[in-house]
Amino acid sequence: MRVYLDNNATTIVDPNVFAEMEPYFVQSYGNPNSLHQFGSESHPALRKAMDQLYKGLNASDNDDIVVTSCATESNNWVLKSIYYDHILNGEKDHIITSEVEHPAIISTCKFLEKLGVNVTYLPVNEKGIIETSTLKDAITDKTALVSIMWANNETGMLFPMKEISQICRENGILFHSDAVQAVGKIPVDVQELDIDFLSFSAHKFHGPKGVGGLYIKNSQALSPFFHGGEHMGGRRSGTLNVPGIVGMGKAMELAVENLDFEKNNVRRLRDKLEDAILKIDDVFVVGTREERTPNTILVSVKGIEGEAMLWDLNKSGIAASTGSACASEDLESNPVMEAIGAEADLAHTALRLSLSRFTTEEEVDYAVLALRKAVIRLRSISSTFAHTPDWHESKL
Amino acid sequence: MAKDDLIGGSIWEEYSQKVQDLMNSPQNMGEITDEEAKAQGGKLIVADFGAESCGDAVRLYWVVDEETDIIKNAKFKSFGCGTAIASSDTMAELCLGKTVDQAVKITNIDVEFAMRDNPDIPAVPPQKMHCSVMAYDVIKAAAASYKGVDAESFEDEIIVCECARVSLGTIKEVIKINDLKSIEEITNYTKAGAFCKSCQNPGGHEEKEYYLVDILKDTRAEMEQEKMSALADAKIAGTESEMAFDDYTMVQKLKSVEAAIDKDIRPMLVMDGGNLEILDIKDTDDGMTDIYIRYLGACSGCASSSTGTLFAIESVLRETCSPKIRVLPI
Ligand SMILES: Cc1ncc(COP(=O)(O)O)c(C=O)c1O
Repeated sequence: MRVYLDNNATTIVDPNVFAEMEPYFVQSYGNPNSLHQFGSESHPALRKAMDQLYKGLNASDNDDIVVTSCATESNNWVLKSIYYDHILNGEKDHIITSEVEHPAIISTCKFLEKLGVNVTYLPVNEKGIIETSTLKDAITDKTALVSIMWANNETGMLFPMKEISQICRENGILFHSDAVQAVGKIPVDVQELDIDFLSFSAHKFHGPKGVGGLYIKNSQALSPFFHGGEHMGGRRSGTLNVPGIVGMGKAMELAVENLDFEKNNVRRLRDKLEDAILKIDDVFVVGTREERTPNTILVSVKGIEGEAMLWDLNKSGIAASTGSACASEDLESNPVMEAIGAEADLAHTALRLSLSRFTTEEEVDYAVLALRKAVIRLRSISSTFAHTPDWHESKL
Repeated sequence: MAKDDLIGGSIWEEYSQKVQDLMNSPQNMGEITDEEAKAQGGKLIVADFGAESCGDAVRLYWVVDEETDIIKNAKFKSFGCGTAIASSDTMAELCLGKTVDQAVKITNIDVEFAMRDNPDIPAVPPQKMHCSVMAYDVIKAAAASYKGVDAESFEDEIIVCECARVSLGTIKEVIKINDLKSIEEITNYTKAGAFCKSCQNPGGHEEKEYYLVDILKDTRAEMEQEKMSALADAKIAGTESEMAFDDYTMVQKLKSVEAAIDKDIRPMLVMDGGNLEILDIKDTDDGMTDIYIRYLGACSGCASSSTGTLFAIESVLRETCSPKIRVLPI
């Protein structure tokens, strides 16, 4: 059995999304900007997709939702263009973000620091989210932008968006959110939340890879990241990715339709998996269930290094993830685990399990068995987990 | 850049079959109790190295025959990734039947080599090399415990890069002999820093006592110092000209030009009631050294100051200092 529990990394393309995209590869493949039938026959589908995107985020007609190649591009665009538009001219000099953002934000901020921008990386508390008081303290009259993620990709922890937005408004500061892990998992409403820019990525909500978007409130000014032909109203050049846009539109529509399913059914399976995990000795899950996206568990299993865990799970057909030292190219321990100040011992033992609306009950039951098997074997090898010989019989 | 780097290969694809097999079923995993050791006719040694917070920890059990110092049994336990488990297993295997003194000579490189399927293809990807280092460290700890000495006493030199086992002495020597100027060059010459990269700069996977950046900086400074004192010695010995003007620092160039002017030019000008001062000295992109001068006293109005006198000054300097000198009156 193969069970995919790495949906925060990417998701299966919903077959309905795929079906919607298919005609735009070999039939209606024209460039939508061309003056002929091949080009114009994609227009209805593009219009529909844009409607689906606007509706999905509840954007108003005065706003822009610009399609990009991915959330990494959207994040880069906002940060760098804020630099071009407000910092390079000396008007402002400061950006605030958090220390647990995705590398698409962190690395871009590090780059901007080299160009002379002051960046504040707000610390997170033991739950892995920022305290709004630290945001208030960090703001100066030179702060150009606050960029805080909506939900964390490792822990699933939701950030206090309402309060952050309010603080930004009170101080007249632009507010951006990397909402990649929120869209499709919880309601994201850009009218209910007063926000200037919001990034998202189709492949995290059962759309295709290589297409994402940036919401821009009131079509406000932001220098383009891609200069070129006048695509996307001159805001983002490059021949339109017609199948990608069509797919993202459909994926958004389905994701929003399924938000209740996400909140109830995905959540129920996630909780079932979590309950089973918590029966194991010496494990620790970050954050309460209510404070997280309904699909995510970040658990530390004492005595088992993350990559070894992935290895055993993979042998059983389970796909999971870890930010821990040995599994990734850069050999660093899970930065979120470090940031949340978990006991240092736990930093290398993080395991992330992330479900989707395609995860089934059987899959979860099987994953529980596979996980127990891995824990028993790896703890028997472990030199840092001292246990009584019969611990697994009594505890699993 | 290799195509695999562009796609971002999976490190698991780079594990040898042996590593994968040992990860799946380690052969020497387990514990040994005092009674078991006694029954096997030896002394039990238990040594730990690493900590969970570092991401790697290993415990080694030995049964050592106290008559012969031979390791009769070896087992391990390990908190770590696949490579750490496979390396610890191989390390325990390699200890078997050796004397304690022989075992201390086993390095992480021996362990990695033993895990290769093909002698020419590494058993693990570069960034996992450091996971085998522990295997070496824990042996030292076990031997130290057996002999009742300090583990440091087995290390006769300072190792900067543990993955490739390159010592401080080697790195300094290679920098000096080959006039190396970058960390990449050091890595190309010695392999230091090629694996987990922790020793390149502070802030890597592990904290280090020595980093290549600092060693490079200090060694270059030492080289500069040596060059200066060689120059000073040459001056005293009167063999100064053997040192090329091109290699001088700006200050050295200025001094050498000043000296030549004082000796051969100024007396000539002073005789006619004139003088000159050096305003600036610059190396140009075309490989010349430009010397900007200003005439003083009688020279400043003299007709030949921009022709004959200038020509004379330039040829003296070209003769005594460097053929690449250009003199520019302002
Ligand atoms: C929070 C967050 N931001 C940004 C990204 C980057 O998305 P993309 O790969 O589509 O650029 C991801 C995906 O890993 C993410 O989880």
